[in-house]
Amino acid sequence: MGAVTRSLRVPAWVAGLVPLLLVAAAVAVFAALDAPGIGERVGPPVEELAVERTVLAPGSIELTLRNDGPDAVTVAQVVVNDAFAQFEGAAQPIGRLQTATVRVQQPWVEGEAYEVALVTASGGTVVHEIPAAVETPHADAGFFGLMALLGVYVGVIPVALGMLWLPWLRRIPPAWLRVLMALTIGLLAFLGVDAAFEGFELAAEGSQAFGGAALVLVGAGVAYLLLSGVSAWLSRRAAGASGTRLALLIATGIGLHNLGEGVAIGAAYSAGALALGAFLVVGFALHNTTEGLAIVAPIARQRTTLPRLAALGLLAGGPAVLGAWIGAGAYTPSIAALLFGFGAGAIVQVIITLLPSLRDDDGRVLHPGAVAGMLGGIGLMFATGLLVAA
Amino acid sequence: MAELTRRGLIAGGVPLVAAAGALVHGSAARGHAAQHGHAGAHGNGGHANFRDHVAVDHVANGFDPHELVRDFDWGTTRRLPTGRVLREWTLNAIDKEIEVMPGVKFAAWTYNGRIPGPTLRAREGERLRITFNNGSAHPHTIHFHGIHPAEMDGVPGIGAGQIEPGGSTVYEFDALPAGLHLYHCHVRPLAEHIAKGLYGAFIVDPEDGREDADELVMVMNGFDTNFDRANEVYAANTVGFAYMDRPITAKLGELVRVYIVNVLEYDLINSFHLHGNLFDYYPTGTSRTPAELTDTVMLCQGQRGIAEWRFAHPGQYMFHAHQSEFTELGWQGIFEVS
Repeated sequence: MGAVTRSLRVPAWVAGLVPLLLVAAAVAVFAALDAPGIGERVGPPVEELAVERTVLAPGSIELTLRNDGPDAVTVAQVVVNDAFAQFEGAAQPIGRLQTATVRVQQPWVEGEAYEVALVTASGGTVVHEIPAAVETPHADAGFFGLMALLGVYVGVIPVALGMLWLPWLRRIPPAWLRVLMALTIGLLAFLGVDAAFEGFELAAEGSQAFGGAALVLVGAGVAYLLLSGVSAWLSRRAAGASGTRLALLIATGIGLHNLGEGVAIGAAYSAGALALGAFLVVGFALHNTTEGLAIVAPIARQRTTLPRLAALGLLAGGPAVLGAWIGAGAYTPSIAALLFGFGAGAIVQVIITLLPSLRDDDGRVLHPGAVAGMLGGIGLMFATGLLVAA
Repeated sequence: MAELTRRGLIAGGVPLVAAAGALVHGSAARGHAAQHGHAGAHGNGGHANFRDHVAVDHVANGFDPHELVRDFDWGTTRRLPTGRVLREWTLNAIDKEIEVMPGVKFAAWTYNGRIPGPTLRAREGERLRITFNNGSAHPHTIHFHGIHPAEMDGVPGIGAGQIEPGGSTVYEFDALPAGLHLYHCHVRPLAEHIAKGLYGAFIVDPEDGREDADELVMVMNGFDTNFDRANEVYAANTVGFAYMDRPITAKLGELVRVYIVNVLEYDLINSFHLHGNLFDYYPTGTSRTPAELTDTVMLCQGQRGIAEWRFAHPGQYMFHAHQSEFTELGWQGIFEVS
């Protein structure tokens, strides 16, 4: 092979360029022949509008639309609950991937359901449901402060509380600790699956032009690779301190998960669903307490410092605050799907890293204790998850 | 109660609970009272609810609901050797895009390029001859309500049957009985052939005529623009809110006679309701004695009737379907009485 290349005396860069030029030529010929076999599309235009954001103010419903389809879409009229409504905005056709905002004059009533149908110029309708109307909070400093408080309640505090198991963990036999590590894996597995499914559901709702469900997988892949890279880097720097490394990884994975959770909380608050109130926050908090346990399990046999523990707790819980801000301020289903995918990928990476630490004296990973621990972890998450779903 | 998951929360897919969760709910409780006030700033005085500053292009459509409401087509007449009057019309089926609400084009099938088709008007006992040319890309007929021989019924398989694209036929029968009828295409699928616009009013005046009046025709219809077999816009004479933006004028004390025809598809019934008055109602217009004095009548698909009244006070009086949904989706208008 090498001999052939040499005999032609072609520089390497030319060899690399030739296929590229051939591809360009093929495309040019195809275009010059007016795309034979494809030609002009027949039939009515494909009209796809995704509603990316809904803002409710007294007497008005504002929708931010994105054109997901291949053709420009003109919003001709708006119908709210089977009645034509006055509105402004989106006066021009919306091009592919462009966004537009329509503000509908609608004397809506708190807590009631609304169906907003956008009638396009060809008579098609794009229907957007508002299951329970609640005024969208103003994104001022006070609001972001409230979101931060919520993030601390559901993220930082429960994780910190969970970490208080550390002194107890230090006194139990190694076999028990392995069971607790397995429990951690069970917890994480549950969270990972949960995050992935939530991501897929959100992706189906959002703009499909950005990849839809693929966004979740892309997010998961990116998180997995990033965490693997960080892990490899850490293992080189902190050889021997594998417990700390594991704790750091778990904290990071949980942190990314809590970022998604924060997005959910912020978005729910914007949508008014958090009117369900403290009950929900308490549910989330209990659910997250187990995450603190997961973080400290790997460092039960090691010395550590309070600042280090605090840092781990913040790493795991803090992103809930950031997520709540994103969810409340710049929420779109597509961004949320990506972030949930991110969380799921991070968790998968952490589980794979944790698995070797389950090995018992015989070198088995899935020994009875580990299996029991994992099942216990899944069960615990399921049970505390019911609190959220109550 | 619906299930509540984080996912459900994001969609907001949960009924609201007036939770005592003061922890998170405190600031959200502010400012709710204002939401109950109705937005008062309607661009056109709260009349039509279409987007502001947009209107149907009546010129492009080829007809204006305001002209159509008083447009009665008497056709052309000549005397037969027997001395009877022969009244003739030509109706052409034409496929045509019609703007049925501002900015929304509908691929319609029409008689003579308009929806509803011409209001054909004759006198009892005359001989009627309607030449039908099918210029549409689809087979059509004209099926007249009234009394006529079977082969003039305009249904597939009987007489001339369905008229293929490019084809023609002549429907000929006597103008019987006096009353308010309608005509429409009778090719299957029926709902589609009617809902796309192939219909019109058909009036047979009694031999001795009716009392002089300001006469109007209102064909109650609707358009399914997204093909889900439910209408997106409702109207009398095709364009929703047309008589809200520009009221129909009426004179104080003068007899008003409205020929009401319901050709609405995809909904079981339609109705006509008048504000500030009651009217004498003559179902199908076949009896000269009113069936009732009312302000609201209900009509099934294909049903029709004549309403007569005199305005006792000047001012603006609404008329509309008393199904609020139809009203809000376009079927409403105003009489301006002076």
